[in-house]
Amino acid sequence: MTREKPKIAFYWCASCGGCEEAVVDVAEQILDVVAAADIVFWPVALDFKRSDVEQMPDGSILATFLNGAIRTSEQEEMAGLLRRKSKYLVAFGSCSHLGGIPGLANFFTRESILQAVYFDAPTTENPDRVMPGLPLNDRHGELTLPYFSDRVRSLDQVVEVDYYVPGCPPQPKIVTRAVLTLLGEHPPTKGSVLAPDEALCTECPRKDSKPDKIALKAFRRPQEIQIDETQCLLAQGLLCLGPATRAGCEARCVEGNMPCTGCCGAPGRVREQGAKALSAIASLIDSQDESEIDQILATIPDPAGTFYRYSLPASLIHNKRGV
Amino acid sequence: MPDGTMPVQKISRQSAGKANDPYPGRRVTIDPVTRLEGHGKIEVFLDDAGEVDRAYFQVPELRGFEKFVQGRPVEEMPQITSRICGVCPTAHHMAATKALDAVYHVTPPETAKKIREIVYSAFMVEDHSLHFYYLGGPDFVLGPDAPAAQRNILGVIEAVGIENAKKVISMRRRLRNLITLVGGKPVHPVFGLPGGVAKRFTVEMQSQFQAVAEDAVAFATFTLDLFDDIVLNNRAYLDLITGDDYSHRTFCMGMVDDANRVNFYDGQIRVVTPEGKEWKKFKANDYASVIAEHVEPWSYAKFCYLKPLGWKGFTDGDDTSIYSVAPLARLNAADGMATPLAQKEYERFFAKLGGKPVHHTLANHWARLIELLYAAERMRELAADSQLLEPEYRTLPTATPTEGVGVVEAPRGTLIHHYQTDEHGLVQRANLIVATQNNAARIAMSVDKAAKGLIHRGEVPAGVLNKIEMAFRAYDPCNACATHALPGSMPLVLTVRNRQGQLLASLTRNSDGHILKCIQ
Repeated sequence: MTREKPKIAFYWCASCGGCEEAVVDVAEQILDVVAAADIVFWPVALDFKRSDVEQMPDGSILATFLNGAIRTSEQEEMAGLLRRKSKYLVAFGSCSHLGGIPGLANFFTRESILQAVYFDAPTTENPDRVMPGLPLNDRHGELTLPYFSDRVRSLDQVVEVDYYVPGCPPQPKIVTRAVLTLLGEHPPTKGSVLAPDEALCTECPRKDSKPDKIALKAFRRPQEIQIDETQCLLAQGLLCLGPATRAGCEARCVEGNMPCTGCCGAPGRVREQGAKALSAIASLIDSQDESEIDQILATIPDPAGTFYRYSLPASLIHNKRGV
Repeated sequence: MPDGTMPVQKISRQSAGKANDPYPGRRVTIDPVTRLEGHGKIEVFLDDAGEVDRAYFQVPELRGFEKFVQGRPVEEMPQITSRICGVCPTAHHMAATKALDAVYHVTPPETAKKIREIVYSAFMVEDHSLHFYYLGGPDFVLGPDAPAAQRNILGVIEAVGIENAKKVISMRRRLRNLITLVGGKPVHPVFGLPGGVAKRFTVEMQSQFQAVAEDAVAFATFTLDLFDDIVLNNRAYLDLITGDDYSHRTFCMGMVDDANRVNFYDGQIRVVTPEGKEWKKFKANDYASVIAEHVEPWSYAKFCYLKPLGWKGFTDGDDTSIYSVAPLARLNAADGMATPLAQKEYERFFAKLGGKPVHHTLANHWARLIELLYAAERMRELAADSQLLEPEYRTLPTATPTEGVGVVEAPRGTLIHHYQTDEHGLVQRANLIVATQNNAARIAMSVDKAAKGLIHRGEVPAGVLNKIEMAFRAYDPCNACATHALPGSMPLVLTVRNRQGQLLASLTRNSDGHILKCIQ
């Protein structure tokens, strides 16, 4: 008796290509898995088109792994289409999960971005103030560019998402485990992030060097100190977001002797990664005096861009602002 | 955009290559173009006689890195800007790190420079191999007229044999593991800091780099032999490379060391004229007096040109202000290679192709392999250097941060990062001149020229797409980089319109090389 192979799909929206590299990096490890499944859509590698997907019965793809944030209407349409066709829609990587680093663009208006790139850049010579993307009125009026929209969104701000694979990019072990889990008999609870639900500190190779109580009079930037290669980075005063970040990557950046910047998002019980990171960091301040506390906080140069490095589009503060 | 009510006809490259029009007389509608943001897009306009009026190469996406890095701590730039491109993150990481040295007025110790350069060499070997075997090489290994379904990495594997294919895959994995050892991870590494690197280089790392470097040199030599056998010994291919359809006389730019030899990590930027004479040699700091960017309304990518000459339009020859970057341009802009095996190949290259400079775009493929060999040899040299292991791998900056420029040669050309900060080291302004962007004007010309040479009397022969693709594939263009946008690889749409703007035909290529052809 032959059982029909499960179907899986990969798709990319606003991403850098690093998530595709991440999939290729694990390709050798998951060959068996791939042999057990049919890849029915993977624009970077296979010639299946949107029309092929449209012709599939709704829900016929077991799992679609979608990376990249959403910035254009076309990306939104593709997200909707793949949502309908897939039993599980998986947000793959930080941009799809939380908005990612390109989501920092949401600090700025669309107009100010275009102004900076096409008018103000020091090497740009644009005396006629030409702006790409506006309709052309010459005889080549059909020449158009897609509209550069107002903001970056995470996938679940556009369609319902079943699972999340975190990381920038997701590390090979996380990817392998996620694919195996979804192909297995017991799918996890809907809405799960497919990585350990604990803080990165629990799997950090330096966890034994983390003091029970860290008390800091100032935060340090990496260029200010010789970074010890064995000691807890937080204890050295660096803004390591390990306490507010989900485990699973095996502390890759710490292995590089640099602090965690939070790409895997927060553990499950935390709604707002930036707020959690801020409170985790603030709790390390060794002072009761308000003005001294202010002084210590002032040693954090860019709180919003640091604590919301990957999660600005998905954050509550951002959405409250309604930008 | 069509309404999708008519049947969609999909054809593989194989059938596309068989006849001029595989579906004579049938109306076929466009499959609504997917992933347009990620597409390179070519629009060809025909005049009333059906000849090409002009072909446009469009890049339809933008992310705005220069703007949203404002306010970020400048030391985060190596990690933030690596997100411009997941295919060449190490290049952005390194250009940013060197810009940080300048912003903080700090000189890294020799040990740090060597650690950076050995990682960078490993990255160059990996990236150049990726292009040859996965992207550009199939056109030659299998031939431009090979059935399209075979003209991809799988076809290459078949042609070179599974044992050799395993070499390619294993070399990629081992090189990425080396980057991981130093940088934490191969995609978006974290090792760059102003004044040095984040961690010490160990004896264990050194022995791993030595082992891989030795194999990398052998791998590069093997790849050049393969190129010899398949391409250089084939008269038809050689004619293709040296043919006029794929040639442009432009300036060339590349970084060189003190002896004017190609260098990826450090040196001055040298520009040579279309005749091959030195026109300018400048330090990174002076880039803004040499390079300017022109804006066209039909592409989000800006077009670089030589500022002192002014923008003269998309024109090559004697009155051009356009320059070219990437492997061929680097070889033209330099006087030689700094390692012995690569130098031999360099000499053979120019002897075989009729002397310096070479303006045949397709010669980029050979030039890339010579650079692959250089990067592997350089990696081997550095891996043998005991200075890597010294404890001084960082100089802590003490000066107030101000402004700085960092430059490296990325696989796809000269890459410049320029930051201005306030006294706290927060970015106030950033300017990025990215590899593919330097080539954008020349790529636009190549596409236009190829279209003009291939489309006549309104007919779009089925093979036209691959021939046009070959015109820009040789540059290994990365539109993620060109617009600081996305994504790294490049599917393609070609549409042909008449003078009234009416759609005559459309061809779509996915990044695996499959074509979807639609005739209105």
